[in-house]
Amino acid sequence: MAPLPDAGTAHALLRHMLRIRAFEDACAEQYSATRIRGFLHLYNGEEAIAAGIIPLLDAADAIVATYREHGHALVRGVDMGAVMAEMFGMQEGCSRGRGGSMHLFDAATRLYGGNAIVAGGLPLTVGLALADAMQQRPQVSVCFFGEGAAAEGEFHESLNLAALWKLPALFVCENNQYAMGTALARSEAETDIHLKARSYGLASAAVDGMDLLAVREAAQTAIDHVRGGHGPYLLECHTFRFRAHSMFDSQLYRDKTEVARWRARDPIDLFEREARSLGLLADDARTALQAEVDAEVAAAVAFAEAGTLEPVDRLTHDVYTDTPA
Amino acid sequence: MSAATCTYREAMRQALRQALADDPRVFLMGEDVGRYGGCYAVSKGLLEEFGEDRVRDTPLSESTFTGAGIGAALGGLRPIVEIMTVNFSLLALDQILNNAATLRHMSGGQVSVPLVIRMATGAGRQLAAQHSHSLENIYAHIPGLKVIAPATVTDARHMLAAALADPDPVIVFEHVMLYNADGPLDAVESVPLGGAAVRRPGRDVTLITYGGSLPKTLTAAEQLAGDGIEAEVIDLRCLRPLDDATIMASVGRTRRAVIVDEGWRSGSLAAEISARIVEQVFYDLDAPPARVCSAEVPIPYPKHLEDAALPQVDGIVAAARGVLGRG
Repeated sequence: MAPLPDAGTAHALLRHMLRIRAFEDACAEQYSATRIRGFLHLYNGEEAIAAGIIPLLDAADAIVATYREHGHALVRGVDMGAVMAEMFGMQEGCSRGRGGSMHLFDAATRLYGGNAIVAGGLPLTVGLALADAMQQRPQVSVCFFGEGAAAEGEFHESLNLAALWKLPALFVCENNQYAMGTALARSEAETDIHLKARSYGLASAAVDGMDLLAVREAAQTAIDHVRGGHGPYLLECHTFRFRAHSMFDSQLYRDKTEVARWRARDPIDLFEREARSLGLLADDARTALQAEVDAEVAAAVAFAEAGTLEPVDRLTHDVYTDTPA
Repeated sequence: MSAATCTYREAMRQALRQALADDPRVFLMGEDVGRYGGCYAVSKGLLEEFGEDRVRDTPLSESTFTGAGIGAALGGLRPIVEIMTVNFSLLALDQILNNAATLRHMSGGQVSVPLVIRMATGAGRQLAAQHSHSLENIYAHIPGLKVIAPATVTDARHMLAAALADPDPVIVFEHVMLYNADGPLDAVESVPLGGAAVRRPGRDVTLITYGGSLPKTLTAAEQLAGDGIEAEVIDLRCLRPLDDATIMASVGRTRRAVIVDEGWRSGSLAAEISARIVEQVFYDLDAPPARVCSAEVPIPYPKHLEDAALPQVDGIVAAARGVLGRG
């Protein structure tokens, strides 16, 4: 169990969430300004998951994420300027501008995407965990995925294989209730994703994904389980995306009252209130942090604006490793 | 330099054994590779020799164990994934195409996927329409992959090591009709991953093939020789990248080309090679390139229909005579 954070940690956790929120809002603006193109999936509302789990990981642990992964990259420590430059398609981006929003990579922090095929990251995570197990490394490989992935065969295959081989993998289901526009109950007969994991022999739990401290506590239990050699674990986090699925979504499939109900449980507000009531945050801490974060986002946008395009003569570089750099 | 003969299966098994012995990062996983010994008995005995950790039986989850191979490669290992046959590889095509082939480029060069995927391919064993595909062209279509098709015992023995030494994903096609074939195991230390081989020199026509069609093509060349036609036979060996230089040097000299490919004609590797010949040596040609491919039907079960659907020696001979104007 994770102890309650101290004041410094509480400050850092709030900062993580504010950074994500401000970054995502800036992305939406830059999309409207047509500087960001392609698909753009924002993490507003789901911040407590990345902020609750990723700071508990070791530097050598691996992360595999989805196409809604800006928050994971930021919390993991990928430079915000490099992430924004990636959105802009600049070669200063964390994937040299080649991946864009959906394909953030950072080998230095072991962030293996940015994977845009639903459930495609689960097998990768099984393999990363297998590599750790076979090389006797005490690492945990963490896979973030949406509840839509539970309908894919790879979800079931991967849980089975990870459990069969007792691999050090943590599967984090970010259950935001909608697979694009399809509500969970419209696509799954069993809507408790963590129960599916049990049938494959995984330990699992569900947690309120809007409550950062609850996520953090559940994640510590899960990480301890996996790192302790007890096999894989699935943690289901109930959450909600406040914005549309992507920038092409008019959200006709969900009721405004449902959105309002979840927005009333904004993970940032919830955490701030709780941390203040516990005496972990000063009353004006958020205001001060917000100013700091806004400045960082502005600097990230400026960095991206000043970015340079990869020369076209490098188009075919790195299709293969031995292509001259 | 022929030191000995052995079967293709034995050569491949020796290659696997050496790979496992030489590099602790190498491991083999796939369906029935361990306890059963491999569905074509290629990995027989390796579980006993190297243990459960390095010879891993997997569930019937092609997509996930192939993806796990990609993940394990990212994690510093050198996995050899065996997919029983190309027919089942379609279940893993997403992982191969969307992950293995893209990660290097899409990450801006930050990661490589040093993964080898072996699979049996081809028809000839009366296994009917769902177990007889020859889909090498699909994989050869994909940038980011390298694709090889060892057709001889010596290549079976040595190309795996070259594939494992490569930093990128390599797909290895092993034709089912080759496993029992005996052949000389040349006393060479290694063979390169890329580059076609001239298996038979000739001056009159170039026969270009790969994999399971090589023995048929060589037989056809023998028959043609009986008629005074000297056919040069090129074994592509590597299907991506294609060795244009060897093909064009030969066709430029013989002025005639026949491509023998067990894939269906439309959109086939034979179509690609034919296009390249026309693009690169058109003015050296004395006849349009000809293709001997599989009939465009699901491969049927009965022997006479299966035979009729696949490239055969008679068809190759007829095509060669055709481009020589002696049809």
